[in-house]
Amino acid sequence: MVSTTPRHLRFDLAVIASWIKPDAHILDLGCGKGDLLAWLKEHKNIHGTGVEQDKEKAAFCIERGLSVLQGDLKDEVRDYPDGYFDVVILSQTLQQVYQPDELLKSLARIGKQVIVSFPNFSHLSIRLQLLFKGQAPKSRQLPYSWYDTPNIRIITLEDFRRFSKDVGYTIIKECAINTQDQDRNGKIVTFFSNLRATYGVFLIEKTKYSCPDPLPPTQYTPTL
Amino acid sequence: MLTVRKEYLTITAPGSEQLLDSGLSLSPVTIAYETSGTLNEARDNVILICHAFSGDSHVAGVYKGESERQHPGWWDCMVGPGKGIDTNRYFVVCCNILGSCMGSTGPSSINPETQKPYGLDFPMVTIGDMVNAQKKVLEHLGIKQLHSVIGGSVGGMQVLEWCVRYPYMVRSAIPIATTMRHSALTIAFNEVARQAIMADPNWNKGDYYHSSYPDLGLAVARMIGHITYLSDDAMRRKVGRKLQDKEDFSFNFDADFQVESYLHYQGSKFAKRFDANSVLYITKAADYFDLADTVNTRESLQDLAGSHSKFLVISYTSDWLYPTYQAKELVQALKRTGQDVSFCEIEADCGHDAFLIPDTRLTKLIRGFLNGIDNSQTPAI
Repeated sequence: MVSTTPRHLRFDLAVIASWIKPDAHILDLGCGKGDLLAWLKEHKNIHGTGVEQDKEKAAFCIERGLSVLQGDLKDEVRDYPDGYFDVVILSQTLQQVYQPDELLKSLARIGKQVIVSFPNFSHLSIRLQLLFKGQAPKSRQLPYSWYDTPNIRIITLEDFRRFSKDVGYTIIKECAINTQDQDRNGKIVTFFSNLRATYGVFLIEKTKYSCPDPLPPTQYTPTL
Repeated sequence: MLTVRKEYLTITAPGSEQLLDSGLSLSPVTIAYETSGTLNEARDNVILICHAFSGDSHVAGVYKGESERQHPGWWDCMVGPGKGIDTNRYFVVCCNILGSCMGSTGPSSINPETQKPYGLDFPMVTIGDMVNAQKKVLEHLGIKQLHSVIGGSVGGMQVLEWCVRYPYMVRSAIPIATTMRHSALTIAFNEVARQAIMADPNWNKGDYYHSSYPDLGLAVARMIGHITYLSDDAMRRKVGRKLQDKEDFSFNFDADFQVESYLHYQGSKFAKRFDANSVLYITKAADYFDLADTVNTRESLQDLAGSHSKFLVISYTSDWLYPTYQAKELVQALKRTGQDVSFCEIEADCGHDAFLIPDTRLTKLIRGFLNGIDNSQTPAI
């Protein structure tokens, strides 16, 4: 059985975990060392699989009894049957993806719902850094310099709302959070979230099309 | 130190003969096997280990009265008390494959009809036939449920064959450095090895057991095999272009380079311990093996109650015999059919044989994966 469950789940992961129903089938893309999967397996009895590019981290997950595929997430999402997962989680990974639109479209195929979380680039401190220092901003959530950052996409809460709609999703739930203590603790932000949140967490679902007069199947072309 | 004993099970099908995948029959069939650890009361703590092409049932420990150096098990670094596959917890079974020459029935066994070794009268056997014979051993031991089936290379093929033939018995599987089917490259190497044996005049169409053995052909076959088990990196690191016991070229065809003398040594060592006809039969069985279509259907991998096995697929970066892309094809097929599969590619520069070399990464992966198998997942049959 899973032997090493984290005692304290990082705050953003705890928000995600609170949205997962018991016994669900979960795919965690970019699962790192598997803390979220291990927690969900122990507390919500989920059936989970993780995908992790880093060999050390993927091996660590398997060693702790989790099912994890070591590989590139854009390849690994390909082979699953349609609708195989109840929820696909993309936690702190979207900002590192080369083709986020392609990825989200494939996730709509394999998952009934998708949870996406990412650092909010429009946080007040980031805006002020750019305004007063005139340099590419750094923060606890985005600590890299422009030349060595894996975070090739800069996303704000507002950007994501538009983007998810453009790629055919409806937002079911969203939560803006502000974290402290190396992100271990935090609180939910309700006012001026695009300015005050360090992270955004979204639960999205493929947009359902309502056709008053059903079209013949050949003419029905969903955008996904 | 773990002490083990080689045991034998002889199956004589009453009235009829053992039917093989080819439709031909074979009886009696003897299978050599070894066990270690203790079978629990529920008889469900069993791990079946499948050996590779030239291996045997002696997976771990030592025989009584022998020292560790004399004859250690071929996977002694992995199997034993407190090791990756812990014999304090699991009952480990390893059978010598059908067609081999290490105790199980093969072409060097006596044909009861002629009272002479079979030679080429031995029927062609498949990986499936090998698995069926192993199942007979498990039945003999009263085992109906396997906690895991583990094996590398041709052993990995047996692991996959187990999963499709007897999915209701297999709770989890670890195919290592293996493939769903041989590539043309692998078949080509095997064919060159077979031709080397058959070109040796001593081979005599497989009938050599009462005269000189085709040792030279067999040695060349092993040399070819050995090249495919290594890698460019491993050979560069081990020997490079270094000369063997000399300062300069001999300007004749003696072994000048260390790599030449290394291969000669490996070849003649193998010829002393293995039967040439067994090489022909086992390589052909491996070439025939093709589960690509079977693994791609969900039904073949689940038991009647719809329960699945859990898979851990492992490949090595420098394995050019069964490269990572082939392991990934297996993973993709398992995913398409909704199996619970984990995959890890291990960094190693020593080629295909890497799984036999002590490695903490592999040990920890196997130990952790086996720990994570829920005993209650598979319904008891």
